[in-house]
Amino acid sequence: MKYADEFRDKTIAQGLARTIAAEIDPQRPYRFMEFCGGHTHAISRYGLEDMLPPNVRMIHGPGCPVCVLPAGRIDMAIRLAERPEIILCVYGDLMRVPGSQGNSLLRAKARGADVRMVYSTMDAIRIAEETPAREVVFFAIGFETTTPPTAVMIRLAEKKRLTNFSVFCNHVLTPSAMHNILESPDIRNIGRVEIDGFVGPAHVSTIIGTQPYEYFAEEFGKPVVISGFEPLDMMQSILMLVRQVNEGRHEVENQYSRAVTREGNLRAKEEVSDIFELRDRFEWRGLGLVPYSGLKLKQVYAQFDAEVRFAMNELRVADNPACECGAILRGVKKPVDCKLFGTVCTPETPMGSCMVSSEGACAAHWTYGRFRDHQLRRAS
Amino acid sequence: MRAKAYQRKLDLKDGCVDLSHGSGGRAMAQLISGLFHEAFGNEWLARGNDQSAFDVGAGRMVMSTDAYVVSPLFFPGGNIGSLAVHGTVNDVAMAGARPLYLSASFIVEEGFRFSDLKAIADSMGEAARAAGVYIITGDTKVVERGKADGLFISTTGVGILPDGLDLSAEKAEAGDRVLLSGSLGDHGIAIMSKRRNLAFTTEILSDSAALHDLVAKMVEAGGSGIRLMRDPTRGGLAAALNEIAHQSGLGFRLQEEAIPVKPGVAAACELLGLDPLHVANEGKLVAIVAPEVADAVLAAMKAHPLGLEAADIGEAVADDHQFVQMSTSFGGGRIVDWLSGEQLPRIC
Amino acid sequence: MCLAIPAEVTELLPDDMAVVSIDGVAKEISVALIEDLAVGDYVIMHVGYALTKIDPVEARRTLELLQQLSGEGRELQS
Repeated sequence: MKYADEFRDKTIAQGLARTIAAEIDPQRPYRFMEFCGGHTHAISRYGLEDMLPPNVRMIHGPGCPVCVLPAGRIDMAIRLAERPEIILCVYGDLMRVPGSQGNSLLRAKARGADVRMVYSTMDAIRIAEETPAREVVFFAIGFETTTPPTAVMIRLAEKKRLTNFSVFCNHVLTPSAMHNILESPDIRNIGRVEIDGFVGPAHVSTIIGTQPYEYFAEEFGKPVVISGFEPLDMMQSILMLVRQVNEGRHEVENQYSRAVTREGNLRAKEEVSDIFELRDRFEWRGLGLVPYSGLKLKQVYAQFDAEVRFAMNELRVADNPACECGAILRGVKKPVDCKLFGTVCTPETPMGSCMVSSEGACAAHWTYGRFRDHQLRRAS
Repeated sequence: MRAKAYQRKLDLKDGCVDLSHGSGGRAMAQLISGLFHEAFGNEWLARGNDQSAFDVGAGRMVMSTDAYVVSPLFFPGGNIGSLAVHGTVNDVAMAGARPLYLSASFIVEEGFRFSDLKAIADSMGEAARAAGVYIITGDTKVVERGKADGLFISTTGVGILPDGLDLSAEKAEAGDRVLLSGSLGDHGIAIMSKRRNLAFTTEILSDSAALHDLVAKMVEAGGSGIRLMRDPTRGGLAAALNEIAHQSGLGFRLQEEAIPVKPGVAAACELLGLDPLHVANEGKLVAIVAPEVADAVLAAMKAHPLGLEAADIGEAVADDHQFVQMSTSFGGGRIVDWLSGEQLPRIC
Repeated sequence: MCLAIPAEVTELLPDDMAVVSIDGVAKEISVALIEDLAVGDYVIMHVGYALTKIDPVEARRTLELLQQLSGEGRELQS
């Protein structure tokens, strides 16, 4: 696979590991938060943590939009799907996210709700065209990478004059989440958790560009390196962060220059700003209500807004009190610190969102990294 | 000679199955003889009894059963019929047994086209002949529209075990080698390429095939040094090895670089967010063998048309947690776990 | 949502669509978000859309830099 295989070369990886090892200061920790589910997954899948020196620690941030979707929004989607006239179209990852009382879209489907898994927004349009007598609702989630496809889809629905189509919008914004993490009391507390730098998201950045991160580097004094998510990209980005920390710099650097520019994708940004506007606040699983962090459709597109069209009530559901997703999403705790991890909460029976999505910190750790806990226990 | 009663011929081109074909009457008899017996053609079926008798050789017998509900029914590289024959032949073969006879039971949805049913039955006949097995008994039921998604097939197979062969997970020991007969993921990807909502095109064909001859050559080469064999169907290699780990009480350590995956399969998996280790195979096997016979068995596999890409992919180790671990192409480590839930294409 | 992969554009279609291919696996996707696309270009694709073109010059530069950084480790340690 071109532009993929070359960035997975083992020999270069080993060389980079040596370079990182040679440049770190063994007397200090390097704690880097990666903010993109794709990065979390790449780290696990390639076993990258094994290639880093022990004092370089990767903290998994809330980069997975499935993970941060609150249970209440899932319940709302289930309610929609249970209406006989509605066909709910969802991305595969959403099927098993737990709502309240262990309910999920997969379970609702088994009980008879018309929930259809789609790979692309285009599929939802096609279904709406093929079943004019039914109402088709697309369950939209994702950060800035996925928002432009939803915008294009709404444009197309408008162009085709579809009268049976709408979107349940749960799009969220990366910079707001990063801000929330950095502002959270845990972070400000000296000694509680420190983040020395950020690995910036890959494909969110192709859309928004590197410019929005300049504020963080400036305001919080933390280096940000925008990274591709092939393993060599990540290792190079970690090296770039190590160098910034060593040199006392806090800049925005772009490792993923083959796909990311400072301005991003202007056409995509225009499509999004035509159709969406900011919500005052939006709930994130584990982070609570975050101001200016979510999008909704502009009033002029109300006919495509499922929340308006179906007069949906906002449902808010408390998370399981023992579930540590919130702390884990902020990097304050690790999966093994959660009492439910591996016992009540497993990929088969997920309690919280960190376990449902294969990019959630808990699922990634369970699926790929569990064996290290036992090794550590034996060593201590 | 008595005149045969007049019966309109089955309209194999345009006709469909209806409820009368399942009711036990003339229509059903005509369907069975005109379509199934024609396709499977053997002396047992020609007798027209509900059951068939066969001689039993000395030794132990193996029996296995499976149901096939694959969708779509016709896919690149095969159909539900050939799959049903290969699948059950393989289940019997994984015990090291020579498969002999199959039964085949059909649950057909009202409205199913005869032409499709004939194509499927013909495939089964061909697959059975190629594998040297006979389909000697069967059953047909027809259910109302909407109650069977086209067609479900269930097959049971019996076979005979060579003397002294007793393959079982408990026989596996730390230090045993893990041998894989070929590339992973072909069948699952071929199926998925035909699922409407995924819409990608590929040249990948299902690897559905009968493995008993390959097994026979492996047994010749390795004898009782072969601990057990398994075909990694649903859940892929990950499920098969995790099952074996739990049954044997051992762990496994694999080398990712040694595991063959076709580039088209790897690309489709990337596209869909799937791990090839979790994708179904229908013409592959994994064998746990004693280290002293590993080279000989691997050579026998590579010499066989169904084992050309065979590889030694790792070893069994002592492990209280029965983890299946893999050393990635990078040298880092990761676990290969069971798949959770149904394999849904990952977007993210 | 970050699962996105590089793919080669093999055919341009009407209505802002295109066929892309990765190692013989072909798929129709939307290119509504891309300007000035040509057959032979590589794009990053995600949930059925092309998000951006891959810049081959930058890709080469990154690979060269990776080679160089990878070699530095050896030098520093010796």
